[in-house]
Amino acid sequence: MALEDYKNIIHRCFRCGYCRFTSDCSYLGFNCPVYDKYRLETYSPGGMMWLIRAWKEKDIEWTDSLATILYSCTTCNNCVEHCKFKFRGDIVNIIVAAREEMVENGLVLPPVRRFLENVYLYGNPYRELRTNRDKWTEGTKMKQYTGEEFLYYIGCVGSYDARCQEVARALADVLLEAGLSFGILGSQEDCDGNEVRILGEKRLFETLVEKNTKMCDELGVKKIVTLSPHSYNAFKNYYPDRFEVFHYTQILRDLIKKGRLTFSRELAYKVTFHDPCFLGRHNSEYEAPREILASIPGIELVEMERNRADAFCCGGGSGNFYTDFFGGREGSPARNRVREAYETGASILAVACPTCMTMLTDAAKSEGLEENLAIKDISEIVKESL
Amino acid sequence: MNIYSSLVNIVGKDFASNRPEELYMYSRDPGAQPPRKVDYVVMPKTVEAVQEIVMLANKERIPITPMGGGFTTCALTVPIKGGIVLDMKRMDKIIEVNEKSKYAVVEAGVSQGALKSYLEKHYPYLQHSTPEAPPTVTVVGNLLIDGHGHLTPMHGVNSSMINGMEVVLPTGEICKIGSCSISPYWFTRRHLPDLAGLFIGWFGTTGIVTKISIQLFPKPKLRDCIVFSTDDPDSLPDVIFEVFQTEVAENFFIIAQDKPDWMFGHIYIVILMTGDSEEEFELKKRQLSRMFDERVKFMEETPPAFKRRFLDVPPFAATAADFAKGGGFEYVGGILPIEKVPEAWRGSFKIVRRHNVVFSIAVQPLDCGHSVMFGPIYSFNRADEENIERVRKALEETDKLILDLGGVLWKAELPGQKLMMERMDPNTVELMKKVKRTLDPNGIMNPGNWE
Repeated sequence: MALEDYKNIIHRCFRCGYCRFTSDCSYLGFNCPVYDKYRLETYSPGGMMWLIRAWKEKDIEWTDSLATILYSCTTCNNCVEHCKFKFRGDIVNIIVAAREEMVENGLVLPPVRRFLENVYLYGNPYRELRTNRDKWTEGTKMKQYTGEEFLYYIGCVGSYDARCQEVARALADVLLEAGLSFGILGSQEDCDGNEVRILGEKRLFETLVEKNTKMCDELGVKKIVTLSPHSYNAFKNYYPDRFEVFHYTQILRDLIKKGRLTFSRELAYKVTFHDPCFLGRHNSEYEAPREILASIPGIELVEMERNRADAFCCGGGSGNFYTDFFGGREGSPARNRVREAYETGASILAVACPTCMTMLTDAAKSEGLEENLAIKDISEIVKESL
Repeated sequence: MNIYSSLVNIVGKDFASNRPEELYMYSRDPGAQPPRKVDYVVMPKTVEAVQEIVMLANKERIPITPMGGGFTTCALTVPIKGGIVLDMKRMDKIIEVNEKSKYAVVEAGVSQGALKSYLEKHYPYLQHSTPEAPPTVTVVGNLLIDGHGHLTPMHGVNSSMINGMEVVLPTGEICKIGSCSISPYWFTRRHLPDLAGLFIGWFGTTGIVTKISIQLFPKPKLRDCIVFSTDDPDSLPDVIFEVFQTEVAENFFIIAQDKPDWMFGHIYIVILMTGDSEEEFELKKRQLSRMFDERVKFMEETPPAFKRRFLDVPPFAATAADFAKGGGFEYVGGILPIEKVPEAWRGSFKIVRRHNVVFSIAVQPLDCGHSVMFGPIYSFNRADEENIERVRKALEETDKLILDLGGVLWKAELPGQKLMMERMDPNTVELMKKVKRTLDPNGIMNPGNWE
């Protein structure tokens, strides 16, 4: 919906601030990653609503700083989860609609422009060649999709980020071990557009949806399993409703339950799990990753204080893993999150999202915790225990 | 060096702003008062940073307006004469909880929610008096505006629970008040000249409170509410009197609102009770339920809407912001003698009908029933200027009504302050001026208030 379509809602925010916290009874820390870092009222979800309205009403002009505030939002949905009012579902939609208006008017900031241009020209935000998209498959038994039961969709971060390529390979190995029928698109894979939509480039997103849908239709794809919750969110909620879409943790959980994956090694690890925003708050899947971890012999799962719908965002959503509006300085969401994980006494911080993997891995290094807290994807832990 | 650069030097680039977005945001609050100009917004982290900002403001003769949660809804933290808004929310340390003497020492930016959660986690048997406001509002802000909380009916207005404070004076000195000025313990402000009074109710015109000690109270295990209804405002003084004779109500509201329809035209008396055992709890419930004559009816079944509205601490008061589907409300906090409630009730109904505004009333008896906070709440649509203007008129008339009935206005917005100053004993006005001149010779502290 366009910003104009929210004209009867946008002024209804009172800025009471429940959106900044976790659940009803815990107000010890702020759970909006943007407000937690900047603390000025402008960086709260309500502050953003007020600024967007002021911009629309021409009470303030567009400025770089306005765009910076609005693009700092990671769209983690904490505000949607914790707002007390009936319009809660539209808070993030309004921020996205404001970004669409900025894109329409050529008002986006350079990092956002670069992200979008790169996706348009190269099919990924990193300006990497399309032909390199399947580099991660080197040395694996990966096959192009030719009508298998599942399309294994990797996404941009898993395809190009070196650490996440390892994760993409680990998951592929696990799926092969379970005998799942699947194939990949390899260098034919294109960006799913989740961040493109959220950054406000509606037309490019529509183009990506059309292109990806056409390709899937031509290949006869019926079921998609995604490595990234961001891709899962896009395919599940914003693509034509003719694919069955799964996040890989849902598939692994089912494979374990059916006995198609059995564990031969006991792993004496204390593990804490970081809920990805686009799996948890955006799509209400909190249990599949935990059920997998709980089924691995030897693993002790401990929760961080902020978990499930109260999980604290790593700061990477909405393209921030690339645009980097937070920076990696003290007080960045990812650095706060790895400290929180470390305080549980866990030796492994388990993730289920390539974006979280990159953000939290960098943060652990910045915090000097890399010797004490390993950041591992659930697929890697599963692979280790097979 | 210009003022902005000096502020950046003190607090860092991320926490000093003269950008249009911050100036817009801090130039208004969620209430109905018109926006006012702001020149800088700054968020100090330490008392030394506050001190440096005050010195700078003296040097540059630029006003400072301290701000906690910014939720007075009557624009007390929006500067009247421009200058610097000092947003205190980065000073957010809970410094100490003394379990046996039952107090907490907190910095000025600690939110009500943070203190509540901290106590629940570490001292679940203690609580502080929490205002009927969102958890983002600050403990110190509430105390300094003479705010109320859920323990106010039984234990007094929250400012009476202040044990001591640390203040940066308008001339830059850091000053301690109460027992903490002569000992390491922040356990009382009594038995010394009560200098805390120089900073309570002054709306930041006499100094910047950076730390405060607040009293804590036992937290009973059980909490529930019972409800009575009446259609007769004349019964309310007796109701208030009788409830306080029993000493069993933790908190107490008298409410009326037009929506939902089943509430229209009726008065509801909501009594919050506590107990440590079901037996104690039932006894209190029985005692209260039999208390009134036929004018006031006990509701056998407490409406679930009331449980949702009142049982949480803090209760979800911001719901009034959406009554007009418009994100705004402001209320008059009329502090009245108990016997004036019926007249205030009828008078405020006339005002709201005349101005056709969406409204509700919440009356909270204070200080064991020695007075009430009579609060007509006007909800409005922030996108409708004409609606806001009607609310401003209703607020102004309600201010006059309260003052005509012999009341005083709690946390009065600018027009309300002026009305009170017009009626105030001239010698009292002169004393206030002398206090301000003495403490703040350059007139930098939130000028325009109490003038």
